[in-house]
Amino acid sequence: MSRERQINIALVIVLLTVPLWAWIKDEPFTLTLCTRMAILALAGVGLNIALGLGGLVSFGHAVFFGLGGYTMGILASHAQTYSPLMESPFLIEGTKSMPIIWLIATAVSALVAFLIGALSLRTSGVYFIMITLAFGQMFYYFAISWPAYGGEDGLSIYVRNGFPGLNTLDPVQYMVLTYALLGIALWFFSRLANSSFGLTLNAARQSPGRVQAVGIRPFKVQLFAIVISAAITGLAGALFADLNRFVSPTMFSWQTSGEIMIFVILGGVGRLFGPVAGAALFVFLEHQLGGLSEFWHIYLGLILLGVVLFARGGIVGTLAESGLKRG
Amino acid sequence: MDKAILQVKDVCKSFAGLRASYNISLELYPGEIHALIGPNGAGKSTLIKQISGELRADSGSVYFGNKNISGLSAAKRAHLGLARTFQISSLAMEDTVLQNVMLGALGSRGNVFRFFGPVLHDKELLDRANDALARVGLDQQAAVCTAELSHGQRRQLEVAVALTLQPKAFVMDEPMAGLGGSGSRQLTSLLDKLREEAPILLVEHDMDAVFALADRISVLVYGEVIATGSVDEIRGNLEVQRAYLGEEQ
Repeated sequence: MSRERQINIALVIVLLTVPLWAWIKDEPFTLTLCTRMAILALAGVGLNIALGLGGLVSFGHAVFFGLGGYTMGILASHAQTYSPLMESPFLIEGTKSMPIIWLIATAVSALVAFLIGALSLRTSGVYFIMITLAFGQMFYYFAISWPAYGGEDGLSIYVRNGFPGLNTLDPVQYMVLTYALLGIALWFFSRLANSSFGLTLNAARQSPGRVQAVGIRPFKVQLFAIVISAAITGLAGALFADLNRFVSPTMFSWQTSGEIMIFVILGGVGRLFGPVAGAALFVFLEHQLGGLSEFWHIYLGLILLGVVLFARGGIVGTLAESGLKRG
Repeated sequence: MDKAILQVKDVCKSFAGLRASYNISLELYPGEIHALIGPNGAGKSTLIKQISGELRADSGSVYFGNKNISGLSAAKRAHLGLARTFQISSLAMEDTVLQNVMLGALGSRGNVFRFFGPVLHDKELLDRANDALARVGLDQQAAVCTAELSHGQRRQLEVAVALTLQPKAFVMDEPMAGLGGSGSRQLTSLLDKLREEAPILLVEHDMDAVFALADRISVLVYGEVIATGSVDEIRGNLEVQRAYLGEEQ
């Protein structure tokens, strides 16, 4: 068994033991923290496809996180006031059903990612980072200035949306749901990374000219990677909004894009469990240090600095390679 | 002689007034190795890029088979069976040797958009990839990380990736660059056998290799082809000696 695999298993055990302990001790707040971790990790798994496998430094993944959130917010707000989204030419009503919201959130994110990706991929390097950031800011200011759905104040949803057969208001049940989705996403990521598509995407990151020379357009592969990546981050956005029962333009902000990127970099870029380790550390620090000082981001910044300078493989990468001799 | 597989016709290209290619015409016939030589800055790499599709010619055209491919992208040209190798290795360095050749096999089969099946279990691709590795003598290194290969082995891997495309013609940009004596001899004997399979347009600085391999040679100076002919003709050509050979020797 490879060392990385051992680390992954250890991580899974910790992340399952904590909520189990919290459940037995009846600590709903810890369960909520675990749920938060799982959702943020899911957003990171999405970004890890574009950033880790594809080397596409998207500084605009908040767009998809926010779109997922607003999809949930808009559909649920219409459902709670019993007013349809539109009546002509055909009737579209709001919904409180999670599966439907998830489906629409992923589809909307994927569609928008297709458009943003098609434009952004004409650039590379710093310009790619800037153009994705610009799209993020466009959505952010649009959300602030659009009064129909709360504008700057955001949008509250009074009751968490439903999932067939589950009581989603029960912290344990909602947590299990988010863990399950995270598990599926991780499984998908590991399959993807080893597939034909993954091989090509990986090669396109290292040497686009080579991919072209064997008869494949890197653009097509990278665009598809962004679309898949966005769909997963969009799903995380919908879950995040449902966790807080609140959506606000903050979900679209560049700070959110940065945080999703931090999960991936802290944990290990391109590593299967990178975003999970990153999100877990983030939520842990947020909780522990956030209690000491509201300026806890200073310490997060120091840790990030340390990782970038001395542990380029992130938490997972550094632990996985510490036992091996380096050539 | 048979019909040319690859034909370059009156190709011109300039960069901000600097003439890189001027009315270049040349043909590549089945079964031959056609070497393209010339001093540094003569426009060899620029011509290669116009043939492989990374650059578009300002005027003139490139025919492959009977098809005018001047307007096609590099990926499309590769797909038609025009395989190129790079002067500076552009392999995926973090990947294993096997993964690099698998990419070639995958590109030539098409069907990249498979998201689930592990690509390294794909029998058809594996066979093709291993076959290419065996032919260049890298089959023992399949599992090695490409970054750990020696320079010579990377040059061999470049050729192996081109082989997986099962091309109709090769375009090789200085495959011997930086190789020592034995590495160069090894690659020379490989290319020698390869011409049967598909003709090679060979850009090369190593004159021993060129004279050993080439059926015909074209000499490029300041973006113009000043002579095309057999090895002996080129050796005896005074203009070539003045412009090129005399300079170096």
